[in-house]
Amino acid sequence: MATVLVLLDHADTGALRGSVLELATAARGLAGPDGAVHGVWVGDEPLDPALPVLGRHGVSVVHAVTTGDADPLLTPVLAEAVVDVVRATGATVLLALSTFENKEAAARVAIATGAGVVTDAASVERDAAGRVVAAKTVLAGTWTTRCAVLTDAAVVLLKAGAVVSSHVEHDAPHAPEVRPRTVAVTARATRVRVVERTPQAPSDRPDLSSADVVVVGGRGTGGDFGPLEALADEVGAAVGATRVATDEGWIGHEAQIGQTGVTVSPRLYLGLGVSGAVHHRGGMQASGTIVAVNEDPEAPIFEIADYGVVGDLFQVVPQLTEELRRLRRG
Amino acid sequence: MRIVVCVKHVPDIQSERALGPDGRLVRDGGDGTLNELDENAVEAAVVLAEQARDAGVDVEVVVVTAGPDDAEDAVRRGLQLGADAAVHVLDDAVAGSDVIGTARVLAAAVRHLGEADLVVTGMAGLDGLTSLVPAALADLLDLPQLTLASSVALADGTVTVRRDLDHATEVLEAPLPALVSVTDRANEPRYPNFQAIMAARKKPVTVLTLADLGVDAATVGVAGARTEVVEAAPRPPRTDRVLVTDDGEAGRRLAAWLLERDLVRTTPATGEVL
Ligand SMILES: Cc1cc2nc3c(=O)[nH]c(=O)nc-3n(C[C@H](O)[C@H](O)[C@H](O)COP(=O)(O)OP(=O)(O)OC[C@H]3O[C@@H](n4cnc5c(N)ncnc54)[C@H](O)[C@@H]3O)c2cc1C
Repeated sequence: MATVLVLLDHADTGALRGSVLELATAARGLAGPDGAVHGVWVGDEPLDPALPVLGRHGVSVVHAVTTGDADPLLTPVLAEAVVDVVRATGATVLLALSTFENKEAAARVAIATGAGVVTDAASVERDAAGRVVAAKTVLAGTWTTRCAVLTDAAVVLLKAGAVVSSHVEHDAPHAPEVRPRTVAVTARATRVRVVERTPQAPSDRPDLSSADVVVVGGRGTGGDFGPLEALADEVGAAVGATRVATDEGWIGHEAQIGQTGVTVSPRLYLGLGVSGAVHHRGGMQASGTIVAVNEDPEAPIFEIADYGVVGDLFQVVPQLTEELRRLRRG
Repeated sequence: MRIVVCVKHVPDIQSERALGPDGRLVRDGGDGTLNELDENAVEAAVVLAEQARDAGVDVEVVVVTAGPDDAEDAVRRGLQLGADAAVHVLDDAVAGSDVIGTARVLAAAVRHLGEADLVVTGMAGLDGLTSLVPAALADLLDLPQLTLASSVALADGTVTVRRDLDHATEVLEAPLPALVSVTDRANEPRYPNFQAIMAARKKPVTVLTLADLGVDAATVGVAGARTEVVEAAPRPPRTDRVLVTDDGEAGRRLAAWLLERDLVRTTPATGEVL
């Protein structure tokens, strides 16, 4: 009976990160009818608000792991906590969100357990032979691949928004059983000292990496994101930026989309005053529909745009927002 | 003191990159370069070395790579950017390594050099973009890891980095020896001048095989890979593309186009997040 583990990323407040439920959904598919989905919750934050939700998404057991004095936000500590649960449960598959922190932990879990790792997966399933196979886009969104894990153990990191989360089909879902564990973390995992940690200010907008619609500003905004924010408010979008816009300090660094920033693949991407440099394309080219507004008809973003407007964003964007408001409110 | 920088030779991201029938990256296009993000790693190492030398410490910066013949270009570039010596692990058995295999080879090369006080890498390779190698390397070398650094400083045997994550900004420190990976925000890589290019020609490149490193070929390359690409296809070109020039109505037309395709919610926004 296969046990599939899901790493339960959560905020300091104890709130689950949204896409964790997508992982639980994918995990049910991998576990099959005879298997089980277990969650790994690292850190001693409250589980209460999350438990029933996890139950509804098919998680039957939550391993609540504390690490003593060791800071579970350090990825070597996280990795040891996860490895401990992997060993205790005999699980052969671990699913986690594809974040930089989880990638680091995954590398260490892979070394400790002999697992093969796939990052940035867009989907995951078993093939006819029972192997774990993940799909992902590579080379700046220009190729799609399917990658099979050849070892018995697999670690797959799924991109936020890759899977549509769904509930389990039964009447009375139970809250998962909570199994507390304490892991004695080794000294080698705790040699790094956190001198300072400043959490990002929370935002009312949807999370950039999993948003359905993303409005992106580049140098062409000249630092005025006002018209973009108004559009984002109208359509419930997340706001992203190019590296130029973040380097200029017009918006926080965490908004940077691209090869060295966040990777997004929303249903709709709107690039406003964005040239479409290859480094930026790497983080957005897999988007469903790409819309671009740019003054320069030669801008490379038009090569990949489904709908391109050659024009001044300060004319086009407010008109677009106004028209959407008019058409939708009648 | 020795600073080792691990670098990778990758196809230029400005070029047409492709996967072969075996699902592996085509590396014989002739337009391979030093992974751009590794230029930041070399720069960080060279700057730290310059500072240490100013303080009277004897420092050597060594660039290390593993890869086919062409990969020598990557370490050559590292020498031009200011590294003092280079190591190229050249062995047919390395081909097809996954991230763990790559980390194994690099870890063995670092160990082969003797004591490294600091190992520096870029945050990711712009080919596979997994970002797994730095953490795997730190684990295999049993070093504290300080990854995704946007700034690095060395003082009194301690390395301190600042890093920006999705949900927090951190300052981390650890005693040497340690491993650091740097982002492209860590510095502005220098542009080598003619003198630096000439000087680089005189710097040594040591070529090593897996046997020299004592690495079992079965644990790396295709033989040791734990994952395999079973299918690869170029993304089909986008069809039905529209390109218009604003005549004063483009915003309105775009709104209609988006609603027609149901790309934004057709019901009025209520502020709730879908
Ligand atoms: C190693 C490395 C990694 C990088 N990683 C990233 C990354 O992750 N993400 C990223 O974004 N970049 C990254 N970059 C930078 C990248 O190469 C580009 O410099 C950057 O994406 C350009 O941003 P931009 O489109 O805002 O600016 P520009 O390229 O300057 O384009 C601005 C565009 O705005 C248009 N414009 C100006 N005014 C208006 C107006 N009023 N209305 C409409 N259009 C207007 C202009 O025609 C122009 O096309 C990286 C670079 C390096 C070297």
